[in-house]
Amino acid sequence: MQASIELNRTPAVQYLLRIGDTCLVLAQRLGEWCGHAPVLEEDIAMANIALDLVGQARALLTHAGKLEGAGYEHDEDQLAYLRDERDYFNLTLVELPRGDFAFAVVRNTMVATLLKLLWQRLAASSDAEVAAIAGKAVKEARYHQQHSGDWVVRLGDGTDESRRRTEKALKQLWLYMPELFESDAVDAQASASGLGPAWSELREPWLAEMQQVLDAAGLAMPQETAFRSTGKQGVHSEHMGYILAEMQHLQRSYPGGVW
Amino acid sequence: MNTAIASRVDAAWAVLHTVLDPEVPAVSVCDLGIVREVIDHDDGLEIVLTPTYSGCPATEAIEHDVLAAIEKAGLGRARATLRRAPAWSSDWISEEGRARLNAYGIAPPAHLTPEAAAGTAVPIRLFGRIAGGERIACPRCASERTERLSAFGSTACKALYRCLACREPFEHFKPI
Repeated sequence: MQASIELNRTPAVQYLLRIGDTCLVLAQRLGEWCGHAPVLEEDIAMANIALDLVGQARALLTHAGKLEGAGYEHDEDQLAYLRDERDYFNLTLVELPRGDFAFAVVRNTMVATLLKLLWQRLAASSDAEVAAIAGKAVKEARYHQQHSGDWVVRLGDGTDESRRRTEKALKQLWLYMPELFESDAVDAQASASGLGPAWSELREPWLAEMQQVLDAAGLAMPQETAFRSTGKQGVHSEHMGYILAEMQHLQRSYPGGVW
Repeated sequence: MNTAIASRVDAAWAVLHTVLDPEVPAVSVCDLGIVREVIDHDDGLEIVLTPTYSGCPATEAIEHDVLAAIEKAGLGRARATLRRAPAWSSDWISEEGRARLNAYGIAPPAHLTPEAAAGTAVPIRLFGRIAGGERIACPRCASERTERLSAFGSTACKALYRCLACREPFEHFKPI
């Protein structure tokens, strides 16, 4: 059995892993759609979006490992497979179980909108590698946002059943929305060093773009509640342990195993 | 002029023009704009590659194919390096590459608008099955009466379309 690695939790490493882990865990959830989407085209779409997200996660995890510094310097695989739950910094939103198709497209729209805005800002990062990763990823996120936003409109403005499910998904997922824009020391440090924006700065443009999609779908934006999820801090929902068990078990049981 | 050195780089480019993309074997990795530069170092050739999509599973295969071709041509030691910035754009596909894609049955990408190329201020565009604005011509009959069947295709870089005139489905290389 392979033991967990010890992560060097500097603010810069945490900042990059918030993005990288969000991509990684959502990719894992989207992978669960393979063979299960309602139509073949969307089966392919889910897998393709997952593939882009894995590519983005790989680049960010590789770079985060370098930023860990001397004595740590973990590679992408060690970071993906050998951390303990509290060392993953993804948004709680992406670890929630896959749900139905409405849940998947609403979540994809929320996350793609966030990532698109984030990549746009990260393209001007003081860290040249982060800027280069962002320059590529922003094009992919834009396509994901268009595709999933299109589906929110189709379902929201579709049949009674598709509308009912889309409204339900939106209400459930909106509980986890405030976490996206919470401020803390990690964000403040990234903003001060020029590594990337404080995510709170993305709140207004994010709400404006979501409003545009919801208007086109004829859906009302849910009310924000007082609940605050904390995945970005490493404190996760009850679903996280299960998804990690599934992701990690091969590398834990067969250390260093390769294809 | 040192023709030996110039010819080694030239010879490498000539070889690289014969290395086909593993996912789209109608075009070479040079036609697609993936090979950015060939540099002659004291310790061998450096082939600089820019991947098309972050998660493109062909990236490693391309690296392997490129190095194998250089070795087979007897051009000495070579290594491949990845360059992420500037990000790959479908505008880098050569005119020959576009013609070959079309002949192979894949509609080539339109050139990007200045805003799209700069990646700034592109509004969300919500669209239905018949793509708004851009008309994609069928690579078989050239009709522009086409519709999108699927936003994603057999690889990350393509979408699936169908021609309403000749009724044939075809792939479209997405503009990014």
